[in-house]
Amino acid sequence: MAEMDTSSGGGHKKGPGVKKGKKLSTRVDLTPMVDLGFLLITFFVFTTTMSQSTAMNMNEPKDDSTQILKVKNSGAMTILLGKGNQVYYYFGQLEGANITEQFKSTTFKGIRDLILEKKKSTPIDDLMFIIKSDDQSTFKNAIDILDEMTISAVPPGHYAEVPMDAVDKMLVRQTEQANGIQ
Amino acid sequence: MPKVKIPRKSTIVDMTAMCDVAFLLLTFFILATKQKPPEVLAVAPPTSVSSKAAPDKSILITLTKEGKVFLMLGDDTKKGAIIDDINTTRNLQLNPQELAKLKKAEFIGLPLNKLKSAMNMEQTIPATSMEGIPIDSTNNELKHWLRSVTNVYSGGDQSQLEKMLLIKGDGQALYPIFRNVKEAFKANELFKFRIVTESESVPVGSELYKTGILKEK
Repeated sequence: MAEMDTSSGGGHKKGPGVKKGKKLSTRVDLTPMVDLGFLLITFFVFTTTMSQSTAMNMNEPKDDSTQILKVKNSGAMTILLGKGNQVYYYFGQLEGANITEQFKSTTFKGIRDLILEKKKSTPIDDLMFIIKSDDQSTFKNAIDILDEMTISAVPPGHYAEVPMDAVDKMLVRQTEQANGIQ
Repeated sequence: MPKVKIPRKSTIVDMTAMCDVAFLLLTFFILATKQKPPEVLAVAPPTSVSSKAAPDKSILITLTKEGKVFLMLGDDTKKGAIIDDINTTRNLQLNPQELAKLKKAEFIGLPLNKLKSAMNMEQTIPATSMEGIPIDSTNNELKHWLRSVTNVYSGGDQSQLEKMLLIKGDGQALYPIFRNVKEAFKANELFKFRIVTESESVPVGSELYKTGILKEK
């Protein structure tokens, strides 16, 4: 394949005095070419798998003021997303004098265990995660927390996005100032 | 005793076959790779564990880092109808020439009242200097666009449309923009849509990992 037939045919003898041309081998070393080929293959294999983008489903509830879902205090966990990838949370409802003690802060790394713990300690019918996003939080945060719900296998319908109220906002600001989050 | 002669064999292997295979594979991968359309709007979507591939044909809403909103009507069969529809419903008074130009545009990133003048300009405005579709709670023009989309797709399969609605956002985009986009969807009774993400592996040891099944969200 790679070499050509250079022999000058079946034993045909040249006459005396005819100089024999030096036979050069036409064999080419293909090793570098193969190397290059495989390098390019590797490159293409990697780039094809990397540009794969996926889609995540979103189900928004219908805004219906007649159907307000009542959530048990014992089963509710509110997760608040603040700026600088900070996560705040509290269980049940904020009430009484010690609301600042109820209100705790964590990060995306810590929230997974907290979600799991809550999920395990609560009967599934009472379980409800309330997600509130601050205006300073990013799109990534909103997607990440929904992803956390999938990761912790929280069944659909047991988590919901709710707008922040004034108390939440105030507490987020206070905690941000106290922790020095820019 | 006569010596047994072991014939010396050359250690050179014929590379031809290997070379053939390598280039065959190379050709295959080059041809099989779908060329990504050049992205005019650079966004870095967040990651998720979802493993479903994003559909090719889609109505894509892009949120950039700066908070601008762009609309891409990927379904060529319906694109013209959607633009015609918004022209009549919003009374944009675009003439056939302007309409034709708008239909050729890859994406829409201008307020409705500026579309006419932009279509009459000699050169097209680069994506970076477009101001995006206004999406404030007072003037949410994405609502009108989605209204036209639903008008055009009405009568057909609703789930077909739901599968095509995509939001692709930059991870650094602020949350209120996303909320306003959701408002625009809700205003048109569209409660199901999808978010474009980069895939991410399921964390080892998590609940999802243990069940081993990626449930539909």
